[in-house]
Amino acid sequence: MTGKTLYDKVWDAHVVGEREDGQTILYIDQHLLHEVTSPQAFAGLEQAGRKPWRIDANLATPDHNVPTQGRELGIAGIADEVAREQVIALDSNCRRYGITQFDILDPRQGIVHVVGPEQGATLPGMTIVCGDSHTSTHGAFAALAQGIGTSDVEHVLTTQTLVQTKAANFSVQVEGRLQPGVGAKDLVLAMIGMIGTAGATGHTIEYRGETIGELSMEGRMTLCNMAIEGGARAGMVAVDDKTLEYVAGRPFAPSGEQWQMAETYWRGLVCDPGAEFDQSVSLAADALVPQVTWGTSPEMVTGIDGAVPNPASTADPLAAEAIAYALEYMGLRPDQPMTEIQLDRVFIGSCTNSRIEDLRSAAAIVKGRKIAKSLKQALVVPGSGLVKAQAEREGLAEIFLAAGFEWRAAGCSMCLAMNPDRLLPGEHCASTSNRNFEGRQGYGGRTHLVSPAMAAAAAVNGHFVDVRELL
Amino acid sequence: MKAFTNEQGAVLPLDRANVDTDQIIPKQYLKSLRRTGFGANLFDAWRFLDEGDIGVTPNERQLNHEFVLNEPRYQGARFLLARDNFGCGSSREHAVWALQEFGFCCVIAPSFADIFLSNCFKNGLLPIVLKTETIDELFLLAQEEQALELSVDLPAQTLCLTGGRTFEFAIDANRKRTLVEGLDDIGMTLAHAAAIEAFETGHRRAMPWLFDKGRALEEK
Ligand code: SF4
Repeated sequence: MTGKTLYDKVWDAHVVGEREDGQTILYIDQHLLHEVTSPQAFAGLEQAGRKPWRIDANLATPDHNVPTQGRELGIAGIADEVAREQVIALDSNCRRYGITQFDILDPRQGIVHVVGPEQGATLPGMTIVCGDSHTSTHGAFAALAQGIGTSDVEHVLTTQTLVQTKAANFSVQVEGRLQPGVGAKDLVLAMIGMIGTAGATGHTIEYRGETIGELSMEGRMTLCNMAIEGGARAGMVAVDDKTLEYVAGRPFAPSGEQWQMAETYWRGLVCDPGAEFDQSVSLAADALVPQVTWGTSPEMVTGIDGAVPNPASTADPLAAEAIAYALEYMGLRPDQPMTEIQLDRVFIGSCTNSRIEDLRSAAAIVKGRKIAKSLKQALVVPGSGLVKAQAEREGLAEIFLAAGFEWRAAGCSMCLAMNPDRLLPGEHCASTSNRNFEGRQGYGGRTHLVSPAMAAAAAVNGHFVDVRELL
Repeated sequence: MKAFTNEQGAVLPLDRANVDTDQIIPKQYLKSLRRTGFGANLFDAWRFLDEGDIGVTPNERQLNHEFVLNEPRYQGARFLLARDNFGCGSSREHAVWALQEFGFCCVIAPSFADIFLSNCFKNGLLPIVLKTETIDELFLLAQEEQALELSVDLPAQTLCLTGGRTFEFAIDANRKRTLVEGLDDIGMTLAHAAAIEAFETGHRRAMPWLFDKGRALEEK
């Protein structure tokens, strides 16, 4: 028998059995909840007269809807009545069933995908689900972490399992050294540009190679976060010393004898030498330049040294049509150099890039500089209350404020604009989030996905520049 | 779940690839606590020329007459014909609820995004995958003056053009059964409760740290 991939190992360790419809029943170790995709699941549970299977496997926090200003007011500070009802519903569902929740006033509240790892609720080898597609983030810890719909949220609450068919294995091999100013976000954007947004559909990605080993846990989370943008429901990275260092001492992490036991198991969570992948691609890190998206899908991306594509010189008529359509929405002209895209707002935040390392890399660029006068707004939204506090301790908040950024409370914020932070029609935004879909950051808004360092450089200049010039 | 066997109706061609769930149902409508009330805002940003919000009724809005969903010949369509990677992006099941509530029983495309596909099966919206060439052909027919009428026979796995050809489609046998019999997904899994409990006991023994974490939190 050939070896197992990391995905094979975690999958195999959680198979309960097969249902009569041939699908696998997979045991779920950790279920994360937020206010937007859970109310109907709790309602369904109640209607059916069922109970949650295992309370301590659940952890909740409100993130999508919460305002990033006036936080001290708690729920009363949510001006939008319907949004408030959702946060209240999460509160009452958690209270009713005894589910641990970091509520809107808790200093540990934050984006669920930032909170999980930060609390050690995300552990190597776990199966993790959440009613949110970016659950793939947690794969950075060699966990099998997947986004699910609301029916499955109810299914997991009720049965502690997910029913599915095993995906195929997809290897993304990255070798070489990333240049200063180029990071995990650029790497994953380049990967999506290469394989397309459906490139890894039906697969679980495993990020492998020397470059991945060099990345911090934050960087690996950025990579796995955007696996879904390449079509993969999950992305994973093998366990190494960095993984264990990050996890050790976190509130939900094991300690003492249990840590010893866990460590022995976790060390084995790597891909076996002989393991076979159904698909594979490789990327060279050395040559990579900072990436910027120009269109309305994450695959519509190019290097900062590049230009907006020209539909007239695109051979495939369907692709040419898609480009033309995206350029119209984005208000860009064919062959426009990326550095000539003028910006209205800058957003540093989201589950992709709102961790301490992200804020540090942006602050390093911003330090001693001011944001461009032409900008209407530059926002920094830390991923959690704890990230916010740490950034304040490290003096990062001061750097951002001195430069003219707004420093906000934790949440999803302008990543999807369900709260008051949003773009106005036609506005261009340099954003560290993960989706540049039409209207994602506000009706008619135009999103350009970049790394935190690139967003910081863009904020200082009012248009995109190669951050390497500012180092 | 309601059983799905035979359905028929007109086809609405949505000629765009990578249609994401943010387009199918924009985020401002996700603030609901219910599973219903999303149909009126299906493809909201494309269907209307102005921005909508919860509580704003469609007749207060400006219709985009150029968008296919608003064309008179496609009113009442039950089949959505789409391009590659339909339903990509967010896991919001609201996208499926909105499509169903609007009146669609089936989406036909060359490929679907994974989470969307799984959400379809959980709700009895039939996703049919056909070869790109067949999809191209259907688009041509559906874009003619007279709306194209289809009927689907799920048990037989066929799609028939009214008065015309029949296409066979492949579907996972197990998923098909769940739809045809309208099985209760959670009920089916709970029938295995004993197996889940047994697994859990062994899992706890092998990996006790996964079960003691709640206590660890209290201690700290
Ligand atoms: S930050 Fe954005 S992508 Fe991440 S969970 Fe929130 S809304 Fe989703």
